[in-house]
Amino acid sequence: MSLLEINGLKVFADEKEIVKGLSLTVKPGEVHVIMGQNGSGKSTLLNALAGHPKYRAEGDVKFEGKDLLAIKPHERARAGMFLAFQHPNEVSGVSLSNFLRRAYVARFNKEISVAEFEKIMREKMQLLGMEKSFAERGVNEGFSGGEKKRSEILQLAVLEPKLAMLDELDSGLDVDALGKIAETIALIRKPETSIIIVTHYARILKNLKADHVHVMRDGKIIASGDERLAHKLEETGYSWINSSV
Amino acid sequence: MDANVGKLYGRDAELRDAPTTEELKATVGSTAEHVGLTIDIVKEISDFKNEPDWMREHRLKSFKIFESKPVPTWGPDLSHLDFNQIVGFVRPKGKEYKANTWDEVPTEIKDTFEKLGIPEAERKFLAGVGAQYDSEVLYKSLRKNISELGVIYTDMDSAVREYPELVQKYFMNRCVPATDNKFAALHGAFWSGGSFLYVPKDVVVPMPLQIYFMMNYPGFGQFEHTLIVAEEGAQVQYIEGCSAPHYTKDSMHAAVVEIFAHKGSRVRYTSIQNWSKNVYNLNTKRALVYDNAVMEWVGGTLGSGVTMLYPCSMLLGKGARAEHLSIALAGEGQVKDTGAKVFHMAPDTSSKIVSKSICKKGGTVRYRGMLMVGAGCTGVKSNVRCDSIISDSDSKAETIPVMDIRSKDAVIGHEASVGRISEEQLFYLMSRGIDAEEALALVVRGFIEPIVKELPLEYAVEMNRLIEMEMEGSVG
Repeated sequence: MSLLEINGLKVFADEKEIVKGLSLTVKPGEVHVIMGQNGSGKSTLLNALAGHPKYRAEGDVKFEGKDLLAIKPHERARAGMFLAFQHPNEVSGVSLSNFLRRAYVARFNKEISVAEFEKIMREKMQLLGMEKSFAERGVNEGFSGGEKKRSEILQLAVLEPKLAMLDELDSGLDVDALGKIAETIALIRKPETSIIIVTHYARILKNLKADHVHVMRDGKIIASGDERLAHKLEETGYSWINSSV
Repeated sequence: MDANVGKLYGRDAELRDAPTTEELKATVGSTAEHVGLTIDIVKEISDFKNEPDWMREHRLKSFKIFESKPVPTWGPDLSHLDFNQIVGFVRPKGKEYKANTWDEVPTEIKDTFEKLGIPEAERKFLAGVGAQYDSEVLYKSLRKNISELGVIYTDMDSAVREYPELVQKYFMNRCVPATDNKFAALHGAFWSGGSFLYVPKDVVVPMPLQIYFMMNYPGFGQFEHTLIVAEEGAQVQYIEGCSAPHYTKDSMHAAVVEIFAHKGSRVRYTSIQNWSKNVYNLNTKRALVYDNAVMEWVGGTLGSGVTMLYPCSMLLGKGARAEHLSIALAGEGQVKDTGAKVFHMAPDTSSKIVSKSICKKGGTVRYRGMLMVGAGCTGVKSNVRCDSIISDSDSKAETIPVMDIRSKDAVIGHEASVGRISEEQLFYLMSRGIDAEEALALVVRGFIEPIVKELPLEYAVEMNRLIEMEMEGSVG
C-alpha cells in the first residue's frame, strides 16, 4: 500500500490558488525529490500537507489510507508525518529537550520519565555529534542557520516519522554542512521511512539517493523521472524545462 | 490535573465541589461581622484587639484621611467599588485558634484547607509557614532554630502587644504613611492580621518563610499588614501565596507591605496572588533600602478583577540595589494595572525591572512604571524591560513608563515589546504532535520562564500548572 497518495490537490492562500491540482504517490521507504524555482508552490505543498493554518487544501489526500485533510496538524504528526521547516520558529524559554519530550509523548502516545527520555535523546545526539548542552537551550533561540537545521534533524531522529518532509534543507548551508546533514539523514533513517525533499539544487543527491525526482512549476508537477532528471536540471538550468514543456 | 488545584484557583467549571459560604460559616463561624466601613467598626476592632492608645489613634486618624481622599481616577475604573458592601472585620468563633504545630490545628479547619486544596508547597514547608484564615492568624509554626537565631516572626496583632517599641518605630510612618493614598488610609484604619518579621543584625534565615492568605467570606475586605525589618547584614526570603474561592459579591483587598532593608541586608519578597475575579486588589507595597542593601520583589498577579499594584523601592543609601520581577495575567473581565516604582535617591544605586504580561480573552494588562533618579545621585544604573504577549485581538496590552532623571550620568535602559502569539509558532509546535492548547501553554510558559525560575520549585510547578489552566480554552 502507498504511504501517501495525493490526487488532484489544490492549495489556496487566502483566495489565491498556489498548488493547482497535484498528484503524487509515495510508497514506504521511497525518497522523492521535488525541485522547482521560487514560487513554484513546492514549499506550500509541504506546509499544506502538514496542516499549516494559513492554507486551505482541497482534494484527495490519503495517508496510510486515511483522509489526511480531515485531521488537525498535531494528529498528522502523531500519525507519523514530520516537516523539517525551512525557517523553524523560536520558542523562547522552552528547552529543546522539554519540547521534544512532549512531542515524543504525543507521537508515541506513552508517558516517559525525564531520565528515560534523555537517554533516548542523548543516543541520537551522539549519533549526530551534538553537544549535550545543545538540548538545554531554548528551542531555536539564538540558533545559527546551521544549528536550526541540526535541531530539526534531531527532532526527526527522535520522532521517527513514517514520512519525513524536508523543506529547503539546503538553504543557508554550505556544501560541507549540507553533505553532513544529508549523511546524518541517511544514518538515522530506517529502511521503511519515506522522504520528500523540496529543493532548488540537486547537490543533496550526492549524499542521499533519490528514487523519484519531480519538477514543479506554477503549482503543478510538470516532469517526473529518476536522478538523471535532477542532474540534467542542474546542468542546463530551469530554462531547459521551461522551454521544453 | 489535580482536581484540588482547580478548586483552589477558583475556576468556574471546578467550583461545584467547592465549599459554599454557608458551609464555610458553619465550620468557622464568627462573632463579629459588620458590613460597611464606619468609624464604629474601627473602634470596635481596636477594642477587640485591646490595642495601645497610639494604635487606636493611628486608626482613627487614618479613617479621617480615608474619608477625605477621593477614589483615584488616574488608573482603572473603580466606580463599581462599593465601600458600603465591604466587611471590615471578621474573627473566628474561638479566640484560641493560634497553634504552633500542625497537630494543634482543629480538624474542621484542616478539612476546610483540604476542601480548598491548599497546595503541597504549604504542607511541605509547614515548619516555616503561617496561614491567615480570615482576619486572624490561625496557624503558625516557627522552626525552632529561627527563633533561636533571634528572628521574630509572628502575626501583626501579637507583635503590637509583644514588641510595641519595634512596631511603633516602623509601622506606617516612614515607609507607607496613611497619607500615601486612599487605600493605604483605609488600611491604616481597618488593618487586621498579617505578619511581622524581624531579622537581627547579620542573621541569615536559612529557608524561605511562607504564608498563605485566604478570603473566605463574601464581601470580606482583607487588610492585612506585613512588616519586615532586616537589620544590618541580615538576609531573609519571605513568600506569600494568596487564593480565594469564587463569590458573587465584590470583595476588596487593601494590604500594606512595609519592608526595611538596612545597610548591607538582603530581602526577597515573593508573592503570588490568585484571587477570584470579583476581588479588587489594591495594595501598597514599599521597601526602604539603605546602603548596599539588596531588595528583590518577585511577584505573580493572576487572579482578581481589578489589580493596582506597584511595588516600590526607595533606594536611600549608597550602593543600594533593587530588582523587580513580575508576571501579570489578565483574562476575561480582568484589568491588571501593575508595575514598579524605583526611586534612586543615593549615588551608585542600581535597579533592574523585568515585567512579563499576558493577556487573553479581552483582558487588559497595563505596565505602569515610575523610575526616578534624584539630582546629584551619580553612578546610577537602571534597566527596565517589559514584555507583553496577547493571545487574541480583543485583549489589550499597554505600557506607561514614567521616567524622571535628574542626574546627568545615569545609565538607563528601557526595552518594551508587545507580541502576539503567532499562528506560525503554534503551528510549529503542533507539527510535532502537540495539541493547540498545550502549544499555547508552552509558549506562555516559555515567556514567563525568566521569572518562574526565580521561584522556589513548588511555586514554580504551581505557577506553570496555573498558567496551563488559564490558557485552556484560549485557542479559537
